[in-house]
Amino acid sequence: MAIGKTCELFECGHRACGGCGAALAGRLLLKAAGEETIVVSSTGCMEVFSTPYPETAWRVPWIHSLFENASAVASGIESALKQQGRKEKVVVVAGDGATLDIGVLCISGAFERGHDITYICYDNEAYMNTGIQRSGATPYDASTTTSPAGKVSMGNRRPKKDMPRILAAHGSPYVATASIAYPADFMQKVEKAMNTEGPTYVQVHAPCCTGWGFDGSQTLAIGKLAIETGLWVNYEMVDGEVTKAKKVVKKPVEEYLKEQKRFRHLFKPTLQVEEIAKIQAIADRNFERFGTEIKLPPKKDAVVE
Amino acid sequence: MALEIMEGSIAVAQAVRRCRPQVISAYPITPQTHIVEALAEIVANGELAADYITVESEFSALSACEGAVAAGSRAYSATTSQGLALMFEVCFNMAGLRLPLVMTIANRALGAPLSIWNDQQDSISLRDSGWLQFYAEDNQEAVDLHYIGYRVAEDHRVLLPAMVCFDGFILSHTYEPVDMLSQEQVDAFLPPFVPKFMLDAKAPVSMGMYATPDYYLEFRYETDQAQKRAIDVIREVGCEFGEQFGRDYSALIESYRMEDAETAIVALGSICGTTKDAIDEMREEGRKVGLVRIRCFRPFPAEDLKAALAGVERVAVLDKNVVLGAGGSTARGAMALEVKDALYGESIPVLDYIIGLGGRDVRLEDIKKVVALCEQGEGDRFYGLRTEVL
Repeated sequence: MAIGKTCELFECGHRACGGCGAALAGRLLLKAAGEETIVVSSTGCMEVFSTPYPETAWRVPWIHSLFENASAVASGIESALKQQGRKEKVVVVAGDGATLDIGVLCISGAFERGHDITYICYDNEAYMNTGIQRSGATPYDASTTTSPAGKVSMGNRRPKKDMPRILAAHGSPYVATASIAYPADFMQKVEKAMNTEGPTYVQVHAPCCTGWGFDGSQTLAIGKLAIETGLWVNYEMVDGEVTKAKKVVKKPVEEYLKEQKRFRHLFKPTLQVEEIAKIQAIADRNFERFGTEIKLPPKKDAVVE
Repeated sequence: MALEIMEGSIAVAQAVRRCRPQVISAYPITPQTHIVEALAEIVANGELAADYITVESEFSALSACEGAVAAGSRAYSATTSQGLALMFEVCFNMAGLRLPLVMTIANRALGAPLSIWNDQQDSISLRDSGWLQFYAEDNQEAVDLHYIGYRVAEDHRVLLPAMVCFDGFILSHTYEPVDMLSQEQVDAFLPPFVPKFMLDAKAPVSMGMYATPDYYLEFRYETDQAQKRAIDVIREVGCEFGEQFGRDYSALIESYRMEDAETAIVALGSICGTTKDAIDEMREEGRKVGLVRIRCFRPFPAEDLKAALAGVERVAVLDKNVVLGAGGSTARGAMALEVKDALYGESIPVLDYIIGLGGRDVRLEDIKKVVALCEQGEGDRFYGLRTEVL
């Protein structure tokens, strides 16, 4: 099919919420991936909002099988393409629940076997399609429908699972994190992942206005704040070593948290100083691990001539 | 025709080789292992140009096959029992996506309690999944059904995956004389896979979209229609196989000494060999007993079965499976439910015998006892239970 200049491979008219971070991730990744791509989707928001039969948003070959088997299906496709001498690239697009939780068996197998596939996890930090339940990617203290903040609970009790490191430990030659707030960086990473032979992984932070509780016009701003506060780090790992990480001028985590309803209980009815300090400690550890803090020189007093 | 004495699993592996799958994906499980080991060796020796994906689970084995077929390659897998249970979700999905495959099932019991021995609970439990299901009586048939399986599954009137079931250990590990067709013969019968739809950047399609209540019902109808169409395709392909190689598989059921039978046994798989021997002995004693063997359980040949059983006085069904909780206060296996359904409105009594579960041996005298019980009107029960549980 000929794609006109103004056409996107990820077509408009799909059913995503206004301001959906995952939809933006889908559009950007196909811009980077190009026409010679076969996409394997897991069950989840992306699959549901983009393919209500008989309509589809995908102008590349696309298949959805089940929630947890996308990387195994991709293995089979890659194997078949190899047998047929075809050149298309195989890209998995899956949410954080499909990737970090229910699909771990299949993704571990596919990465260990070394298939030439690129796996893109759009991380919106909970099971959004089923109504905002916590996943292994849900951050500490986030209130979800299965980790609700309550009189004796501050929300989700565990920090995010470190999936990039798990996949790097499988021997993946290229693992990266990205954010939809930095489209060019994300697209470069998708391209790099696809051009690296072997199983590669990009986990893209995709804020969810509906699930996190912010206005849909603020998706990119929220994504940026996650990075500026150190609660999300954009980095690359080549052959298991961190080679690059985005440096930022550090902002306190409150600036990110207070913009989202999922963290509202940390501020109202009473300010949860200790909990916020724990979240700040998570951000501080990120800054330390990746060395991403830009230290500005101390401000000088204004000099009057 | 040159007969070779071969282990069932090796014969199946050699048949699969001749079907030229481009992608093989399987996970080892007793008693399927000899098949996948033999295929690994065949690929390792360059005797088959296939990619052999050594997956981490049966779930991924079938998922990888699904991907391979969606991308336009012929694929193959084999499993049994717990492995098939783990594939449950993929089985339904693959049939719904209308992706053809042949998968060998070396039939084995399902836990708990753990049992590595034969019955047919595993594949029977997937009777509603949309897969075609063939059951072999002996290893020759197991071999031939792979060629036929691919032809039927890949036929554009069908496009459904197929299970070729043969009894674990009883057939899979037994040495029997088998006529292995040559590669040229198989190539003449089974052309390369031509997909109707596939993942291809030159002509993008979306596969596996979600369907709202406005469309779902129609998808299920279409899949059921494909099962119905498979009946004629099986006849056609089975007939062609017979013309080319002398073994006719056009019938979905086989009638054995049914000409004046008063008692008909209905059974599936290797137990039919024993049953035929028992019938021969009973016939010598003047007892009018026959067998209707179901070779194809899905699609279920209800009309053929009804015709074959017309005129009998009673039917004894041998079920190597049990539908737990079915039948009110009596016991039921899945095949008895099908037989009763096919004979609904007829006045022929159908009695069921849950037999040979978990590898319990079924001998000639057991078949004779079943016939005697049936003649006395006693059935719909487990056969051969240890007395301490009664």
